[in-house]
Amino acid sequence: MRRLYFVILLLVLLAACKSTTVDQQVGAVNMSFVHQVNGSPLTLNTTTYTNKSGEAFTISKFDYFISNIRLIRADGSAYTVPQDDSYFLIRSNDPTSQTFTLTGVPAGDYAQIEYMVGVDSLRNTADISRRKGVLDPGSSHTSGMYWDWNTGYIHLKLEGTSPAAPVDATGARNFRYHIGLFGGYQSKTINNLRTVRVPLGISTGTSRLSVGPNLRTTLQIIADAGKLFDGPTPFKIADYPDVMVSPFSGNVANNYATMFSFGFSSAVSQ
Amino acid sequence: MKGIPNFWMALATQRQPATGLLLCLSLGIWLAVSCKHSAGDEAVVPTQPAFTTTPYPWKKPANFPDPVYDLTKNPLTVEGVALGKALFYDASLSKDGTITCAFCHSPYTAFAHTDHPVSHGIRDQQGNRNVPGIFNVAWGKTFFWDGGVTDLDLLPIAPIQNPVEMGETMSNVLQKVQRSSRYRPLFQAAYGSDTVTTERFLKSISQFLLTMVSANSPYDKYVRKEAGASLTDAAGRGMVLFQANCAGCHAGALFTDGQYRNNGLPRLTNAKIDDRGRAMITAQDADKYTFKVPSLRNVERTFPYMHDGRFQTLEQVVNHYAAGIQDNPQLDPLLKKNGRIGLSLTAAEQADLVQFLRSLTDSEFITNPEFQPR
Repeated sequence: MRRLYFVILLLVLLAACKSTTVDQQVGAVNMSFVHQVNGSPLTLNTTTYTNKSGEAFTISKFDYFISNIRLIRADGSAYTVPQDDSYFLIRSNDPTSQTFTLTGVPAGDYAQIEYMVGVDSLRNTADISRRKGVLDPGSSHTSGMYWDWNTGYIHLKLEGTSPAAPVDATGARNFRYHIGLFGGYQSKTINNLRTVRVPLGISTGTSRLSVGPNLRTTLQIIADAGKLFDGPTPFKIADYPDVMVSPFSGNVANNYATMFSFGFSSAVSQ
Repeated sequence: MKGIPNFWMALATQRQPATGLLLCLSLGIWLAVSCKHSAGDEAVVPTQPAFTTTPYPWKKPANFPDPVYDLTKNPLTVEGVALGKALFYDASLSKDGTITCAFCHSPYTAFAHTDHPVSHGIRDQQGNRNVPGIFNVAWGKTFFWDGGVTDLDLLPIAPIQNPVEMGETMSNVLQKVQRSSRYRPLFQAAYGSDTVTTERFLKSISQFLLTMVSANSPYDKYVRKEAGASLTDAAGRGMVLFQANCAGCHAGALFTDGQYRNNGLPRLTNAKIDDRGRAMITAQDADKYTFKVPSLRNVERTFPYMHDGRFQTLEQVVNHYAAGIQDNPQLDPLLKKNGRIGLSLTAAEQADLVQFLRSLTDSEFITNPEFQPR
C-alpha cells in the first residue's frame, strides 16, 4: 500500500515538473580560464615576457568577452547555451571573473567547445533593455570594455609596457590593443569577431567531456596572451604599439583567436 | 500547537491508508505548485502600489516621414520626459559638477553651442568638433559627425564619459542620481520605482530629446500651406536654387540624407588632430574625411559651421560651396559634376540661398518654455 502512495506521489511530481528538470538529464560544467604568456603563468605588471621578435614586455591588463558558447558532441550535434546566459567578461585582475558555471547542460559526452571572442553583432546593436550584467554600459564592471563614441563592445583588451614601445605623452612606453568592431550597424565596418573551437582533450580523437546529473564536471581553458603578438601574423610592438580602430586590428584578432587551448577536464561522480 | 505534532506523527507512521493517500497527494500538489513557481520567473508578488503615467502626446509633423526611433520600445510619458529634462539640466552628470548637457546644447541656439568652434568641457578642455544642435532626433539614423553612435538611447554615455566633455563614468553618474533625494519622486513617477538603472536613466533622457521636434519654421508653414504662410521673394528664389544645388545631400523634410560625405574643406594647417571623420569609426578607406550631412533646420542659430566650426556666417558657408571647395580623392561626386568643382552660384544667388536658409529658423521651437530650464 505504501508503495502505491509513493508511486502516486511520483506521478504527480512528474506531471508537475515535466517541462522543467525531472525528465531531462542535465548537468553543470564548471569553466575556468587560466592565463599564460608563452606557456608561463601570467602575472600582471611584475613579470617580464619576451615575444618572438625579441621584444621584452609586461602586461597590465588582459580582458576579453566570451559569448555564444556551444558544446559540440563527437557526431557534430551541439548544445547551445541560451543566449541570455552566454556572455562572460574575463578580466585578468579579477579571479572571480575567470570561473563560471554553465548549468542545464544536457547529459552526455562533448568533444569540443565553441565560443565567440567578443560580443556578437545582434547584442552589439540590441536595445538597452537587453544589455544586462557584463553588457550593461552603465556598470563599472563593463567600464572600459564599451566604446561609447563608436557604439560597440571592445572584444579584447591587452595593455602593458615595453622598451620597444615609443615614449608617449606621459613619458611611459605603453602598448595598447583595444580590439572591437562587429561589422557595422547601418554601414560596413571591419568585423573583428572571431569564433574559436577548442577540443576537449589533448587530441581531437580522444577528447571527451562528460556531463550528467551526478557528475561534477570541470573544464579548464588556457588563454595564452603571447599569441596576440605571435599568432598567424606575428608583429612587433615597435611597429604597432597601439591598435584600435585600424585595419590592422583584424590581424590582431586573427592572432588572439589562436590563443585558446585545452587545459584539463574532469568529471567526478558526486 | 497541538495540530503540528499530530501531522508529523501521521506522516511518520501512516497508520491510516486514507490519511497517507491524502498526505501524498497534498504533498505532491504542494510540490507541483512550488515547482511551477521555481520554473517561471514571472511569479512575482506585486509589492509596489499601482502607479500610472500620463502618455506624452508626441506628434509627427504632417510634412515629416515616419520616425526612425522605435517609440514603442520607449513609450513617452509626461513623467519620463520630466525626468529626462531634469537630467539634461543637471551638472552632477559631469565629474566636477560644472557641465550639464545644456552647457553645450543651449535651448536658445536650437541646442547647439555658439561661442566656440569646437565643444568644450570640464576644466576648460576643448574637444575636436563643433557642437551640433539637438532637434528631430527621432529621425536620426546615427548620431555625431562620424555617426559613431547608432542608437539614441546609447548617446548620452559618450559625452558623459568623454574626458574632455563631462569626464565622468556612467557608474558614478548612476550612483549620484540614485543617492540624490531630488530624483526619487521623479523615478517613482516615471517608473513606479525609485531604483536607478542604466536603462531608465538613458531612456528618460531619450524621452526628453525626442520631444524636441522642430517643424514650425516659416518654410514648414509654407510647404504645409498654412493660412498666411509665405516666403519672402528672396527666400523663394533661394528655395529653387536650394532644390537644384543642395537638396541632393540636404534632402527631404529633415534637410539631411544622414549620409557621410566629403565637401572639399581644405585641411586646416593648425588643426589639433587629423580628423578622418567617418573612417575613425569604420576603418574603411572610402570613409576617410567624410562627415555626416547635417540638417539645415535652425541653421541660422547654430553657428559656427562645419565639423570643425571654421565658418562663422552662412554667407561664408554658401561661398565655400561656390568658390572654396578643394578637390580631393574623397570629394563627393555631387560637388564635382561635369568636371566642375563646386556649385555655380552668383553672388546674388548666394544671397538668395542664405535668405532661404534663414526661413528654416523655427522660433517657436527655440523659445518653447517646455524645453527650457525651470
